[in-house]
Amino acid sequence: MTLNNGTIGKTYIVESLHLDRAIMGRLEALGLTNGTDIKILNRNREGSIILMVRGSRLAIGKAISQAINMKGVE
Amino acid sequence: MKKDIQVGFVGNPNCGKTTLFNAYTGANLKVANWPGVTVEKKEGAFKNHDARFKLVDLPGIYSLTSYTLEEKLTREYILESNVDVIVNIVDASSLERNLYLTLQLLELGKPVILALNMMDIVEERGMEIDLHRLPEMLGIPVIPVSARKRTGLDILMHTVAHHQDKYIDKNLEHHHVKQKQQLKSHKHEHHLDYPIVYSDDIEDKIDDVCDLLQTKYPDIKNSRWYAIKLLEMDETVLQKYPIDSKDIFTRSYEGDIIHQKYDFIEEIIEEVLVNKSNKAALTDKVDKILTHRYLGLPIFLGIMALVFLFTFQVGGFIKVGFEIFLGEFSKGVLDLLTSIHAGAFITSLIVDGIIAGVGGILTFLPNIFILFLALAYLEDSGYMARVAYIMDGIMSKLGLTGRAFIPMLLGFGCTVPAIMATRGLENIHDRRKTILITPFMSCSARLPIYVLFSQMFFGKMAMLVAYSMYLIGIIVAITIAFIMKDKSNKNLSNSLLIELPEYKTPNQWTILIYVWDKVKEYLSKAGTTIFAASVIIWFILNFGPTGMVDDMSKSFGAILGKTIAPVLAPAGLDAWQVVVALISGVAAKEVVVSSFSVLFQIGNITSPHGMATLTEALGQYGFGALNAYSLMVFSLLYIPCAATIGVIQREMRSIRWTLFSIVFQLGVALLVSTLVYQIGSLFIH
Repeated sequence: MTLNNGTIGKTYIVESLHLDRAIMGRLEALGLTNGTDIKILNRNREGSIILMVRGSRLAIGKAISQAINMKGVE
Repeated sequence: MKKDIQVGFVGNPNCGKTTLFNAYTGANLKVANWPGVTVEKKEGAFKNHDARFKLVDLPGIYSLTSYTLEEKLTREYILESNVDVIVNIVDASSLERNLYLTLQLLELGKPVILALNMMDIVEERGMEIDLHRLPEMLGIPVIPVSARKRTGLDILMHTVAHHQDKYIDKNLEHHHVKQKQQLKSHKHEHHLDYPIVYSDDIEDKIDDVCDLLQTKYPDIKNSRWYAIKLLEMDETVLQKYPIDSKDIFTRSYEGDIIHQKYDFIEEIIEEVLVNKSNKAALTDKVDKILTHRYLGLPIFLGIMALVFLFTFQVGGFIKVGFEIFLGEFSKGVLDLLTSIHAGAFITSLIVDGIIAGVGGILTFLPNIFILFLALAYLEDSGYMARVAYIMDGIMSKLGLTGRAFIPMLLGFGCTVPAIMATRGLENIHDRRKTILITPFMSCSARLPIYVLFSQMFFGKMAMLVAYSMYLIGIIVAITIAFIMKDKSNKNLSNSLLIELPEYKTPNQWTILIYVWDKVKEYLSKAGTTIFAASVIIWFILNFGPTGMVDDMSKSFGAILGKTIAPVLAPAGLDAWQVVVALISGVAAKEVVVSSFSVLFQIGNITSPHGMATLTEALGQYGFGALNAYSLMVFSLLYIPCAATIGVIQREMRSIRWTLFSIVFQLGVALLVSTLVYQIGSLFIH
């Protein structure tokens, strides 16, 4: 599933990112890469998301969050 | 030991880098731009232990790739300039993310010292960092500091002085002893040379590329870094040092290299961070409320309403004291000038021109002080980044990212730094659009106009009328952004992507420096621009084609005002004095108020007596409440000030674009104030 569909409070693992190089580069620098654990902290009505990645919080817009595939962790 | 040491400060945004830099250099620093680009460069120097330290504060970055301007600049500066030591400032409370940059800095091959900042927050949370193990794993000195409490500062610079020639300590203990024995199986055991060692296949490739580089470019000192960058297919390095790499690699290894760096960071965190689970409960609790999907926006609006309530009420309260003082001062100067039998010319210039103009503006200092104090608190507490998230939904409907709201919000303080803050936007179209609409956010310089005219004409409703200006500004900005929305633009680069720092108690020192800076700016503006404008206005009003005139309506000012008046007539602003005041307001918005003082020779314009006099004088020209409202709307929307024109030109580097923004603002101001006046007239008459 994609990041914008995740449940608040749950932890997921990033599987793939379908973004152009420049945005990928910025996400990687912030610690969001394939295989990273992410925890969804908040989501607003428009689909912007706050998530916890490697100990820091990121806010990302819908256009980016729906291009990130992830799977749940039990 | 070298006596002149160049030190580069590098770190993530929000790591406290600038606070630490300020702690060393104090007010003794030089701010300029990097050559050719609009990224700020700060330099400072100081002496300690008979060595001279030259500090450079490099832009806040997360990584050393070449995807952003700031990253490229930092990288080139470290590689090409004569930086002796890199001080990597790290937010200890967010060690995992910060270490990614550290690992990249280590590969550059220059001495690096880790300054572990915000240790107090780490302690508050009941966490501990193993300060013995961390330097062992990284091979560099680790110095705990607190930029806010100013501790560890001397120790850090002492370490810099003693460490300027050492790249990596050779007592590097990458793994525990047993593991180390096993790792020796690979043909090149690098664990004793480099803190970060990649998997065997990548290390093989690095070695191969290094060999190629060394034969082709013997000048390269640190071939390992270039080899890694080539394996990542970094565009800048590929262009500068092309090699024939077909036999070694055909794809980019960037993903693998990033992953292995993060794997190593995980190892470090596991070993050095004790009590990891206690982390950051408070920020999450606060965020649950402040970024709540329904409550977030009303809370933000409430906070802003409070900010303006404080600005008007408390500021107004203090202002009364300033006014009494100004009244006495003006009287005293007048008495003094009379007692020394000064000429009417000089007396008028000083009392009606300078004291009326400059003094009137100084009485607004308390309002401005409080507004900037509030903005400084919002910024330093970490709330500003949340605002970007809260506003992202609304902003994306306007074709902008939530991040574009930060410059707009700063625009309530001053348009000039707000326009500079648009540098944070990656997308050029977003930036242009934000620069075009930010001046409509009502800056503090416009406050004196609202305070004066709403009190003069609207009595008890004064505050509501002043609030309505802020609202009109926001509505105009939103409408324009909406009209300009590019429907085809599905570009990802204008989607929100921002780090939300931990909430922290704002640092009194940082706030003090910030607010003092703004107060200083305001005072120097009063002493220069407003002073000069007051003198010029006094001259053009007291001189006419026939020489010095007694009747102002025969002055140059009146002639100029009357010529332009027909253009502003539809907006109800055709009194020539009003036109002159508005023209003078291009110098700075406060000048509109100071010009009224000079125009009507009112010494203490903000006092009840002064306001009554002005109301009466304007009344003679048929200027009533509706005209006053139209005047406020026009003042809100037309060119903020000469400094704004300057900064737009500096940021956009296009005269055509700057001219367009001037014409655009004038047009919008005329259109909206005409609408207000004409529609208002229907109801009033």
